[in-house]
Amino acid sequence: MNRLKFKQNSVLPGFGLSLGFTVFYLSLIVLVPLSALILRSAEGGLEGFWRTVSQPRVLASFRVTFASALQAALLNVVFGVTVAWFLVRGRFPLKRLVDALVDLPFAMPTAVSGIALTALLAPNSALGLALARLGVQVAFTPHGITVAMIFIGLPFVIRSVQPALADLSAELEEAASSLGATRAQTLWRVVLPLLAPSILSGFTLAFARALGEYGSVVFIAGNMPMRTEIASLLIITKLEQFDYTGATAIAVALLALSLLGILAINLIQARAARHWGN
Amino acid sequence: MKSNPNKSVRLARVILSLAGLAQAGSVSLLNASYDPTREFYRDYNRAFATWYAQENDGARVTFRQSHGGSGKQARSVIDGLDADVLTLALAPDIDAVARKAGLLPAGWQARLPFNSAPYTSTIVFLVRRGNPKGVRTWDDLLKPGVAVITPNPKISGGARWNHLAAWAASLERELHGDWAALARPEEAERVAAAQRRAQEDMAELYRRVPVLDAGARAATTTFVQRGLGDVLLTWENEAFLAVEKLGRASLEIVVPPVSILAEPCVAWVDRVVERHGARAAAEAYLRHLYSPEGQRLAAQHYFRPRLPEHADPAHLARFAPVRRITLDEAFGGWERAQREHFADGGHFDRAFLSRAP
Amino acid sequence: MKRGKGRNRKGWLANAALCAAALTVIGALVVLPLGVILAEAFSGGWRLWAASVAEPEARGAILLTLAVTALAVPLNTVFGVAAAWALAKFRFRGRSLLLTLVDLPFAVSPVIAGLIFVLVFGRSGWFGGWLAERGLKVIFGTPGIVLATLFVTFPFVARELIPLMSEQGSEEEQAALSLGASGWKTFFKVTLPNIKWGLLYGIILCNARAMGEFGAVSVVSGHIRGETLTLPLHVEVLYNEYNFTAAFACASLLAGLAVVTIILKTVVELKGARDAA
Repeated sequence: MNRLKFKQNSVLPGFGLSLGFTVFYLSLIVLVPLSALILRSAEGGLEGFWRTVSQPRVLASFRVTFASALQAALLNVVFGVTVAWFLVRGRFPLKRLVDALVDLPFAMPTAVSGIALTALLAPNSALGLALARLGVQVAFTPHGITVAMIFIGLPFVIRSVQPALADLSAELEEAASSLGATRAQTLWRVVLPLLAPSILSGFTLAFARALGEYGSVVFIAGNMPMRTEIASLLIITKLEQFDYTGATAIAVALLALSLLGILAINLIQARAARHWGN
Repeated sequence: MKSNPNKSVRLARVILSLAGLAQAGSVSLLNASYDPTREFYRDYNRAFATWYAQENDGARVTFRQSHGGSGKQARSVIDGLDADVLTLALAPDIDAVARKAGLLPAGWQARLPFNSAPYTSTIVFLVRRGNPKGVRTWDDLLKPGVAVITPNPKISGGARWNHLAAWAASLERELHGDWAALARPEEAERVAAAQRRAQEDMAELYRRVPVLDAGARAATTTFVQRGLGDVLLTWENEAFLAVEKLGRASLEIVVPPVSILAEPCVAWVDRVVERHGARAAAEAYLRHLYSPEGQRLAAQHYFRPRLPEHADPAHLARFAPVRRITLDEAFGGWERAQREHFADGGHFDRAFLSRAP
Repeated sequence: MKRGKGRNRKGWLANAALCAAALTVIGALVVLPLGVILAEAFSGGWRLWAASVAEPEARGAILLTLAVTALAVPLNTVFGVAAAWALAKFRFRGRSLLLTLVDLPFAVSPVIAGLIFVLVFGRSGWFGGWLAERGLKVIFGTPGIVLATLFVTFPFVARELIPLMSEQGSEEEQAALSLGASGWKTFFKVTLPNIKWGLLYGIILCNARAMGEFGAVSVVSGHIRGETLTLPLHVEVLYNEYNFTAAFACASLLAGLAVVTIILKTVVELKGARDAA
């Protein structure tokens, strides 16, 4: 009886085994180690925790990290959907090659990406000089952080949207247009609602990944306190002072904030599904 | 009859050395060091292994090297990296290993000569060829239009020396080199005024810092490869290495008239060497740094030797004269310097945050 | 006729615009940085590149990276399949919580991903004393590097499979079972063929990330030369020695491995499509 309540009936076997293994492995690799983090951060007490995470410099780093990650994830939605659309629908002789290049940001060690982006955009590089003529400086400013985050997050959006778009049959759109819908209407009323879940999912992953990013950002950020110092760098700073409690406190706050962000996005997704479903 | 004991002695010697080999299993030492010592220890390890084998009937000693930021290395050892010897950028990092993990006694610094610092260095300026901004002294760093590159002292050990060198230079100017004044109660007012002035100078200095890197070598890359800043504050040995490897034609070293006596420290880690049965080898390894051979190699790799008489005069000639203020003179030791300057809310934080618009 | 031509022309224009936009994005964000790496990697010529990659320390780092990947990817693959089976084929209480927890490692900074294993297995960590008494090493050795890699690449396979399997439903499995096939047989003969592309894709992503992970591994490696340096860490060491060409040569090797795996995937995929046709 209890079991029936716990899960809906299904004739498929292997529920106990697969769920058991999933929970065991998840606990072993993720939950137990993460609980060590939370317990360590609690060593300074609630007051100590609050004192650490409410310092102006820490708050500023959260602001910088969140603003850049949000910006990067939003831009990645635009870039990612464009590239995914191209990979699925575009006609281009070397499409396969482009498809293979998409995952490179995953494979590059983050430090290498950071060094390459900095070399590309530093004020003494060709691109940096050209941008400077337009009055824009990217490297060693908040824009640099955003660029690094776009780089590491782009594959998430592309790879989320691509399969959904491939599944979306062109017939559906043709049907819509034969019923007299304009192209914009088709896009807005038919295609977008069907893609929305995968876009949001890609956005969430890119956003979450950007929040925690360290390796590629430190090279290009300039790391100035209050301005271009990201939260992960402050964690390192605390560790270098042998202040594990402070470091874990910032880490837990960052983790909690990003989980809240993900939760909010999930809620939006659920609401959007209902809205478009109607 | 006479040759027999000789023979047996020789035989015994062979057996003993074989046993020694088997017992020590050819000792292996893990040396946890900071970034700028890679090249030096690569050569020194080879030299020491040869010397050690000669002294100990062919006993073999092999090395494993680990390099990283000084603080990160200390943290790894505290968390369980089995380093037999530590050769780090500053004493507080080894102190932390003693204090937090109890792996070596608190008085480790008195075990070896010269505060356990077999070689020293100082902080110098690396400028672009021809020194276009005419930077010669610490005061010149504060001239209009000079941009300075220095890493974050909360993360980088080298940057801590940079900060302290600049502060000490400012105090020296204000007190006209009269360091004893710091200890005279009747001079408290003059000292306080000098300290305030130093604080202002530091704030001004940090206002000229466009980028705060996480380590000494990252800062060098920013200065050399990215072309940022007019002056890089760095270890003397790092400056030499950067000129050698990155651009004899584009860089030049300026040694200011005063700077700080930077003492990178070494220590064996008692609890680890005991477990490995490597105490004798570890101790010999660090003591040999003070030998003529060790001192010569240190000077060759741009560290200032403690015993210059052992170094090659050609190597010594590369070091420009500089008056090096000691940490004890200007700051009353590392512990105080650390607390007053680099703790949260200390002089660095205040100097840096005062620049925020 | 006239109208059809107009549409074709319009379609051609739309395609050209789409190609231009997508290629600009990929060009600026992926090809340019890759170009910087390759230009530096081969700045000393092909010979120097080969020498940098074949040098003993680089070879050791490559072997360690391959070994760590060979351990981490299969483990996470088994987990991914099990998690997808439980989460996609069944509805149960706490399912959405579990879904979030599977994604959790994406939201954890790599620095923290390394730190948590120090907190558990370090000298003063939970199991530090127990391990030390038995002379066992976890962090600052290969096991720690594997653990950190497992954590960082944890969600990739599961993430790829869960939506795919949810969408496919379980009618086919039910049919097989009703015809008398065993559970395992159903899985291998029905489910696996249906999910093989998604699975392969998840494995490729997991593999790419496992080989390239830097931050988390850096915390638990101990940076012992020739012993605990993975290829990404070796790149950092070389870079810090101002040996830029060798550093980027090793980095280009990682990029090359990633591209090769994806090309292999494409080849397998095309062949699969041909066989099906």
